[in-house]
Parts: sequence; C-alpha cells; structure tokens
Amino acid sequence: MDGGHEGAPVGRRVVLGLLGLGGASVAAGPWISGRLGGLAGALSSHDPTGLSGLIPGAGWRYYTVTSGFPYQPPASYRLKVGGNVDHELTLTTDDLRGMQRTRLTRDFQCVTGWRVPHVHWEGVRLSTLLDRAGVEPGQQAVRFTSYDGTYTESLTMTQARRDDVLVVDTLEGKPIGRAHGGPVRLLVAPMYGYKSCKWLSSIEVTERLESGYWEQFGYDQNAWVGKSNGRDDAPT
Amino acid sequence: MHQRESIPRFSRGERLVHRSTAVLVGVLALTGVALYVPSVALLVGRRTAVEGVHIVAGLLLPLPTLAGLAMSAALRADVRVLNRMTGTDRQWLRRRDRRSAALPVGKFNGGQKLAAAVVTGAGLVLFGTGLLLIAPARVSLPVSVREGATITHDLFTFGLLMLLAGHVWLAYRHPEARAALRTGMVDREYAEREHPAWAADLS
Repeated sequence: MDGGHEGAPVGRRVVLGLLGLGGASVAAGPWISGRLGGLAGALSSHDPTGLSGLIPGAGWRYYTVTSGFPYQPPASYRLKVGGNVDHELTLTTDDLRGMQRTRLTRDFQCVTGWRVPHVHWEGVRLSTLLDRAGVEPGQQAVRFTSYDGTYTESLTMTQARRDDVLVVDTLEGKPIGRAHGGPVRLLVAPMYGYKSCKWLSSIEVTERLESGYWEQFGYDQNAWVGKSNGRDDAPT
Repeated sequence: MHQRESIPRFSRGERLVHRSTAVLVGVLALTGVALYVPSVALLVGRRTAVEGVHIVAGLLLPLPTLAGLAMSAALRADVRVLNRMTGTDRQWLRRRDRRSAALPVGKFNGGQKLAAAVVTGAGLVLFGTGLLLIAPARVSLPVSVREGATITHDLFTFGLLMLLAGHVWLAYRHPEARAALRTGMVDREYAEREHPAWAADLS
C-alpha cells in the first residue's frame, strides 16, 4: 500500500522549494546580511555572552591568509618604521602608549558584507609616526607588512596622512588580542577592512605605491567604503 | 521474557550510505565550526588545512547518496516512499497523539519524510553555495553573489544543524531505530508499534 505511488510528491516540492529559497537568499544576500548585521549590532550591546557574534552576517569574522604563525606578545612586540625616512624607528607597545593618543569610534565594514557598528579604537595617528621618522622628499606611498609573514597593504602618502588612519593597540578599551590583529594593527577607518592590516610589523615609506596582498587578486587599491569594489555600503 | 524477533529494515548498501554521509557531515560540522567561530579558529589554527578538509568533505558529500541511488534498489525504493506524503502521514504530522493513535504508518512516518526532504534541499543549497564560495578569485563573480552565497551558506547551516540535532535526539530516544541503521534489522514489536502498515506488509 505504501508502495510509492500513493500521496502527493511533497518531498520533491519541499526540495525544489528550498532550492528556490536558497537561490533567492543568494540574490538577496547583501540585503539579508545588512538586516542581520543591524539586528546583531542591536543585540550585542545587551549581550554579555558574546553569542550574538555568531549570528551570520554579524559581528567580527576572523580572517587570515596564512595557515598559522607565532603570536607576538606585547612584551616582545616591535614595530619598525623605515624605508625612505630620515631615521628608522623601532617602537615597543610602551613607546606607542607614550605618544599622543587618538580615539576614534567608527563602523567597521568588510568587503564581504559584514559590518560591526560603533567600534571604539585607540592608538596613534599614522601621520604622527611618519613625522617622527621624517619622510624624505618625493615619497608617494606607505607600505605595511604583517608579522604573519604574508599579508601586506599600502596607502598613498595623502591617504596615510589622514586623521582617521591610525596605528591602534586598543579595541573597546582593552589591548587588542590576537584575533583582532594584536598587539598592534592598522586602522584605515574610511576604507574596507582589508586595508586595516592586522598583526602590523612594519611601516615602510616608499617612493611608489606597491600593491598589497588582496589588491593583487583584484581588490581596489582605493578601498573607500561605499565607493569601491562594486559595493554601495553606507560610508564609515 | 520471550525471544525478541527482528525483521529486515535497511539493506547493507543503505546503511553504508547513511554511515559514510554521517561521517562526512560530522567532518563538515567540526571543520565548519573551526572556520566560523573565531575563538575556535584561533585555538585550532592551520586555517588552510581546515579549509581544505572542509572543501574536500563537502565535495565528497553527495557521492555516497549518488552511488547508493545508482547501485541500491532498496535505496531507490525508500526514496520513492519518502517522496510521497499520504493522508496517514499528514495526520501523523498534525495529531498530538500521533504515537498512540494507531495510525497505519508505512515504512516512514510523516516527520521522517519531511525531514528527509528538508535535509536533501538544504544539503543541495549548501553544496551549491559552497561551490560559489570556492570559486577561485580569477572567476569574476560579482561581490554581491559571494556575499549572498556566504550568508546563505551560514543560514542554511544553522537551520540544518538544528534539524540534525533533532535527528540525533530522536535517534537517542529510539534505540530500536538506531539498531536498524547499525544492523539492518529492527525489533518486530517496535516496527508494529511505529510502522504498523509496513510491518504488516512484510509478514
């Protein structure tokens, strides 16, 4: 009696329905992640467990382009500022704490769609470090290297000197941990996250702009949020 | 105590399909967590390797079912049954006293049929969006498609994990059903209670 001809083919309909739903969800992806991101942002401020960070499209996502690398604890961490400068600097985390500090609160927007609202950063303006090292005349760009051994980024000198480009060591009032690129990372607030090089190990003044890691895969060099990479996010 | 009698429920091929799919899904779930949850990602490290295992397991996922469909008449027959929702199945889904109402349930009840369809559909969506996600950078997919595939892969994973949690919970509650997928045989009394129309057909 239950031989396979009786009853409606509900199974097939459910499968096809889900395929349609999946296709619609891919097409509406940017809208869905925007909605979920907003929801999670609202939740996370009342969520001591941090579980709201697991909502898809919400909260920080951990990306690295390497398969693992040794962490540099704050005590032994050194930041090199070099290249075409008058005097090279080697800075400790204490050196950075002793310099003129800047605080900045901005949304953090990733080029893959997720956005973390109102992130509090604290650190030193990149321009302060460049001034201290003394940029030689005619230098057009700054190159950043991560101590993960692979990642690089770069900015034009004009971009690098903006007020909202910082070398940060503090996130939400706490030292930046490994997951967020600590102990020291770059923050290019008006650009997509890939510009904000994590695990920063060196800042190098160069005559010409050299492409960073993702730019070699076709990402935009001038990664202004909402005006690059074919995206229309609200500016940060 | 009288001797418990067993009747055949699943063929060797079907059990093999179930077991190998379960292993692959387990690998996908574990590596998926290690890729998705930042604290676990940091703990595990070796992201490239974890990613590779996840991708290989994902690509292999449909193979047991496809091989089973090609080689096992028993599996094909069960799929045909699973596809069809009878009046009994609808009642089973609707009624609160479904397990005591003595409904003439066949080899699978309405819940099992619905779950099988949802797992198949969600699995296909995860497979498809997974393929989009591993498309190399030189395939110039629009960023919005990558973003849509990411969020869809995440959302369907959440849904499927909830369903699989229910699947495991029910398996835990029904040791006879678990035994059937392990040995191929099911306790006759259990079958007559849960799948009376099927048990009657067999005898």
